[in-house]
Amino acid sequence: MTTQQISTEKLRKLPESYGKLGWTLLIAGVVFTILSFVIDAKHASFGLTMTLVFVATVGVGSLFWVGVEYVSSAVWSTALRRPFEFLAGVIPFLIILALPLLLRMRTIFEWTHKSLLATDPAMVVKAPYLNIPFFLIRTVGVFALWWLFYYLIIRNSRNQDTSRDQQLTTKNVKLSAGFMPVFAVTLTLFSIDWLMSLTPNWFSTIFAVYVFSGSVLAAMAFGTLIIVKLNEKDRFPVKLTPDHYYNLGAFLFAFVVFWAYIQFSQFMLQWYGNLREETLYYIPRMHGSWAVVSIAVALAEFLIPFFLLVTKPAKMSPKRLVFVSVWLLAAHALDIYWMVMPVYDSKTAVFGVSEVAFILLSLGIILTVFAYKAKGNNMVPVGDPKLQRGLEFHI
Amino acid sequence: MSDIEKNPQGGRRLYGITALFDGPEKLVNAAAAVVKEGYKNYDAYSPYPIHGLDSAMKLKRTYIGAVTLIAGLTGASLLLLFAWWTNSIDYPLVIGGKPYFAWPSYIPLMFEMAVLFGAVSTVAALIMVWLGLPRNSHPLQDTEFMKKISDDGFGIAIEAKDSSFDEKQTKAFLEKLGAEKVELVYYETREISLKEAVLDPKFIGVIVVVAIATSGATYFGLNKMLLLRPWTSLSDQAKVLPETRSEFYPDGFAMRPPVNGTVARGELPYRYANNIPAAEKFMKNPVLPSKHVMELGQRDFNIYCSPCHGYFADGQSRLQGQFPVPPSLHIDSLRTAPDGLYYEVITNGFQGVMPSYARQIPRDERWAIVWYIRALQRAQNPPEVADAK
Ligand code: HEC
Repeated sequence: MTTQQISTEKLRKLPESYGKLGWTLLIAGVVFTILSFVIDAKHASFGLTMTLVFVATVGVGSLFWVGVEYVSSAVWSTALRRPFEFLAGVIPFLIILALPLLLRMRTIFEWTHKSLLATDPAMVVKAPYLNIPFFLIRTVGVFALWWLFYYLIIRNSRNQDTSRDQQLTTKNVKLSAGFMPVFAVTLTLFSIDWLMSLTPNWFSTIFAVYVFSGSVLAAMAFGTLIIVKLNEKDRFPVKLTPDHYYNLGAFLFAFVVFWAYIQFSQFMLQWYGNLREETLYYIPRMHGSWAVVSIAVALAEFLIPFFLLVTKPAKMSPKRLVFVSVWLLAAHALDIYWMVMPVYDSKTAVFGVSEVAFILLSLGIILTVFAYKAKGNNMVPVGDPKLQRGLEFHI
Repeated sequence: MSDIEKNPQGGRRLYGITALFDGPEKLVNAAAAVVKEGYKNYDAYSPYPIHGLDSAMKLKRTYIGAVTLIAGLTGASLLLLFAWWTNSIDYPLVIGGKPYFAWPSYIPLMFEMAVLFGAVSTVAALIMVWLGLPRNSHPLQDTEFMKKISDDGFGIAIEAKDSSFDEKQTKAFLEKLGAEKVELVYYETREISLKEAVLDPKFIGVIVVVAIATSGATYFGLNKMLLLRPWTSLSDQAKVLPETRSEFYPDGFAMRPPVNGTVARGELPYRYANNIPAAEKFMKNPVLPSKHVMELGQRDFNIYCSPCHGYFADGQSRLQGQFPVPPSLHIDSLRTAPDGLYYEVITNGFQGVMPSYARQIPRDERWAIVWYIRALQRAQNPPEVADAK
């Protein structure tokens, strides 16, 4: 076994362009967000909801991948773990994003209207869960738990860079094993609160799994994009091989299929059951311009990436991976748009300043945080005992 | 067989030369050297997959994936065609209130067919194309070389049909590569002649045994085993099945008649079955009209009666001639008929044409329907207007 030299010069040196792009997008995003609130505060609130969902799903999805690596004791991905840790760095900022929305809950969430309780018996039944105090507790609790696990896991991982203490890996395996069920429950709460309750009468028991599939897919796409770009430009501290690419591509492919499986399961059961409280979600999305968006979502997040990734050479090709990752991030944004915006306007698919702000701000936040974290930390976990073996990886 | 006869060397045709190497690294290097020397018809053998061997051999991508894809898509499309033809063309049937061509419900089936076709064709293609069935034996089979490979050996076999093959040179070349043991391998007759292969008694014997064993196991499993304990745990219940005698009661009946002079809960004796005059004479509507009762009557009427009688009981049937159209319930004889007639008709049907609704509609709801019919009749023929005439 040959040990690979780690380029110390590239360890903490992300190309300037990442930070610059991040800040530009962030500033533009903030400006557009403010603008959108001035123009149409209701529309803008829904736009910011999309931003929150996008940033949260990418962030916690990345933490999930970090956890999965520890729990499964995966070796091949050790060199690729840091970018995901950096992406998860958005988690502490989620509460800031959520704050303006918490002040505008009456605009976004129909269930906050007391009048609904009088006319809708279903809302009376749901009231013990869907009420403002409990919602606030849940939101803060969910973000706090994510942040707690983020803090603990990432701290151990970073300390290992200097201490080279193998015990830290064992600790993180335990932490990650604890995180998995916590993640399952908190992501369920998050998706019910911030997405499902937008249509308070509707429910779907598979919905959280749906959000999960999109979340880990988007996180994987973001990670793949950055890793492949850096490695191709020779800015990654170690040399990754097409075999590493293949695994990234295989994960993307797997979750593209998983996403479609869950979306279709939800759709088919509700379509077949044809119950009012279930179909009310799909009826607006199957008519008018929303029908076009629905088809676009199915094509963008399943059919097209499926064929783009299905062959083995495709999964190993850096060009293809970069393209598909960008594509999938756009598809994830479209998916969130499809989940949120029909609540704002059930007749026509709107596109305005709020949507532009959503895209700019989401990317801005994630990229800025990524660039910031990459400056203060090593791009590969140099102290991880699995690192060298992971670089030797062959499929 | 003619090949063998032509062969001067004692009737044996050469398959190729095998060489064993000491360890996987040597095998990888040897494979690279063999490629470099220009050999095409050769293969490398090892007891486990070796990283880097396929790139050393410069293997091309297999096209088995394309077989899977095409077969899978074929399976999915065939099912779509089949579902469309049966459900929309040959026997259009409304299922669950869905359109004839209900594509979402076909997708799981299309998926399953794609998997089935893809998997079966992949295995079939592997067996047919790569292993050459019905050829049932390979020259390397049962050689010392292969026995070593399936244990701890690493080897290369170069076939005689390769254009750069020369018995002496190839042998020398392999020895030079550091092979431990270089051997010549000859065909057996059944490996050359298809007829010999298929008629080989051992081959036929195995096929017959496998066929009998699988069909016998299937037959036993599905027809016999499932009827044995403990697989019958769900149907083994202490109850009397239809058409069998109860062992418990001396008279053999499982259903007991009610005790004399009693009435079961929720049941009332009804004496006027199929006797409309008596029903008219002795029965009165016991339910008092109220908003709730009228709404109940309306709901039930619309559900159960309106398909034939029309929403306004005027005989505007929605069955479009597929069933005898009933008369309007607004004719004089029916308007003046007592409530008992309606109750009896709902309970036992009418003249063998209108079916009985006793099973679907509870007693009180039948009376609610009667109230609602009365309201409809009054609306069509208000007594005030009749008086004015
Ligand atoms: C499947 C079709 C069908 C349905 C459903 C149906 N009926 Fe009828 N009904 C008929 C037909 C046909 C006749 C006429 C039979 C005849 O004249 O031989 C009839 C006759 C009648 C009559 C007239 C009896 C008479 O003395 O002339 C009454 C009253 C009546 N139906 C009430 C009802 C009520 C109440 C319901 C709902 C519970 C109902 N029907 C549901 C087909 C239907």
